[in-house]
Amino acid sequence: MYSYIVKRVLLLFPTLLGAAIVVFLLLRLIPGDVCMLKFGGEGGYVDPEQIKMCQERLGISDSKIEQFVDYMIGFATLDLGVSMWTGQPVTEEIWIRFPLSLQIAIMATLTSVIIAIPLGVISAAKQNSMIDYLVRAFSIAGIAMPSFWLGILIILGLLIGTQAWSGVPWMPPVHYKSIFDDPAHNLSQLIWPALATGYRYSAVATRMTRSAMLEVLREDYVRTARAKGLIEQVIINKHALKNALLPVVTIIGIEFAFLMGGLVVTEQVFNLNGIGKLFVESVTQADYTLTQALVMLVVFIFVLVNFIVDLMYAWLDPRIRYS
Amino acid sequence: MAQTEIAPLESSTLPRQKTIWDAALRMIRRQPLGSAGLLVIVIMTFAAVFADYVVPYDPEIENFEYMLMPPGTMDETTGITFMLGTDSFGRDMFSRLVHGARTALLVGFTASFIGAFVGLVLGVGSAYFGGYIDLVFQRVMDVFMAFPLIIMALAIVAIFGTGTEKVIIAITIPFIPRCARVVRSSALALRELPYIDAARSIGYSHTRIVMRHMVPNVMAPFLIMLTAFVGQAILLEASLSYLGLGVQEPTAAWGLMLQGGAEEFAESAPWVPIWPGVAITLAVFGFNLFGDAVRDVLDPKLRAQN
Repeated sequence: MYSYIVKRVLLLFPTLLGAAIVVFLLLRLIPGDVCMLKFGGEGGYVDPEQIKMCQERLGISDSKIEQFVDYMIGFATLDLGVSMWTGQPVTEEIWIRFPLSLQIAIMATLTSVIIAIPLGVISAAKQNSMIDYLVRAFSIAGIAMPSFWLGILIILGLLIGTQAWSGVPWMPPVHYKSIFDDPAHNLSQLIWPALATGYRYSAVATRMTRSAMLEVLREDYVRTARAKGLIEQVIINKHALKNALLPVVTIIGIEFAFLMGGLVVTEQVFNLNGIGKLFVESVTQADYTLTQALVMLVVFIFVLVNFIVDLMYAWLDPRIRYS
Repeated sequence: MAQTEIAPLESSTLPRQKTIWDAALRMIRRQPLGSAGLLVIVIMTFAAVFADYVVPYDPEIENFEYMLMPPGTMDETTGITFMLGTDSFGRDMFSRLVHGARTALLVGFTASFIGAFVGLVLGVGSAYFGGYIDLVFQRVMDVFMAFPLIIMALAIVAIFGTGTEKVIIAITIPFIPRCARVVRSSALALRELPYIDAARSIGYSHTRIVMRHMVPNVMAPFLIMLTAFVGQAILLEASLSYLGLGVQEPTAAWGLMLQGGAEEFAESAPWVPIWPGVAITLAVFGFNLFGDAVRDVLDPKLRAQN
């Protein structure tokens, strides 16, 4: 087991290195650089000297190899440098926005689990019944509905609903406050984007729970449990669900990893200042340092979560032994 | 020579010829949800192809006299009717929706066909050559798979710029590794089969073996990926356009219609944000239902589960 963990950890590095190279090259392919955008953004005359100075100061005029070596050394020493656009340290730019995105990702994952597991189980237990069809339609609709549109609908629903109920339209607060400082304010702001993304992600998990349950319910040991007269509820909750959860854990893990990227659009709808929005800004501003750091953060979360999911497999299912 | 009379066959004893309608009925009975999906796709395709004949007005002409008209508004003097209302530029929503289907299908089909096809060739090739090539190829695919779809697409849009053709490129590229990986795993099993050995011993070229002997045998996972991609591509295009990084004005595209101040007008003109979203959802819904049916038919292993 331990040698397996060590091997998996070592295998993380080539993927991360590969991702770092891909991001580096992609960004250098973007026409124009941060200096040209900064000075030439508004049009009009720009002093070429000024741009040149800016490029030299930020190290963009260095050769690509030099830039790449700098970038790699930065990662190795955990010094991510300063944002090329704002001049603030990259870690700080990310750090002030990270809690918001992480909280939405966690809340959305919880929402999707709360919706997906019960619905998936009911739908499998009552296969081909009316409930089953309803659950399946509900989950397919979740995949089809863009989460940003659901977000718009939620805002619209809130406005109309509160208007009808109390006569005053209510909107979720605009400024972010940490959940530790002001839980009520924080939750009333972030619950809506979490619902919008969570519903979408629950759809995949519901389908997975359902098909895994159906498979387990056909196993011999479930038949044995029925034969000895156990009530159906115990069979489903205690015997079948435990074994059906395995693939569901994978899906939820992968979803969580992708959520960080998926928030790009949702944060736009709810006008939240999270890392998704920061990513869009940094890409359009050709802010190399910030974009590289953000993408690597997302990729790192992705490979890390995948790794944890693999380990959880062994913990959830003692039959699986890694060697 | 005595002639034997051949009695004319009575037409009633012959089995009735199977018409296309019988086939359709059979499909509806076996795959009711898939047929519903196909129906949506057919209607959408019809709307996209004949958009110019279907819509009453030019979708790109702005008319500030008719700004934000609610659905069903009729101008008494000119007789102009806006079935689904108008947007903030006074453009007819219905006309824009129908033309939006054209954009969505163009992006959806092109991106998924090219992406899935390139993935197919790369995946089968990687499995066929095996060894180091396969190992390196797999690691490269791993790296690309670690980027969420939208982040990859955004980075590519930043390089190539915005506009319909560029969005197609941005959506196609992240699809390639996703298809390649699935196809490769099916192709790995094929490589060991005797007929591939036979083809090799006859002296066929690698290209011929890959394209003629292996590719046709991994059509099932390929088609499953392909149908799943179309819906995803439509969603991705809508997301990019919504962010302002996809299809550009004045082209009619559903995501773009949501971007054009949809939140702003949410309260005063709710039809502006509602219709395009309904269109996206219906389209993706249709492709997903159809894709599920394709998977059911092509992959008997999964049939039992769903």
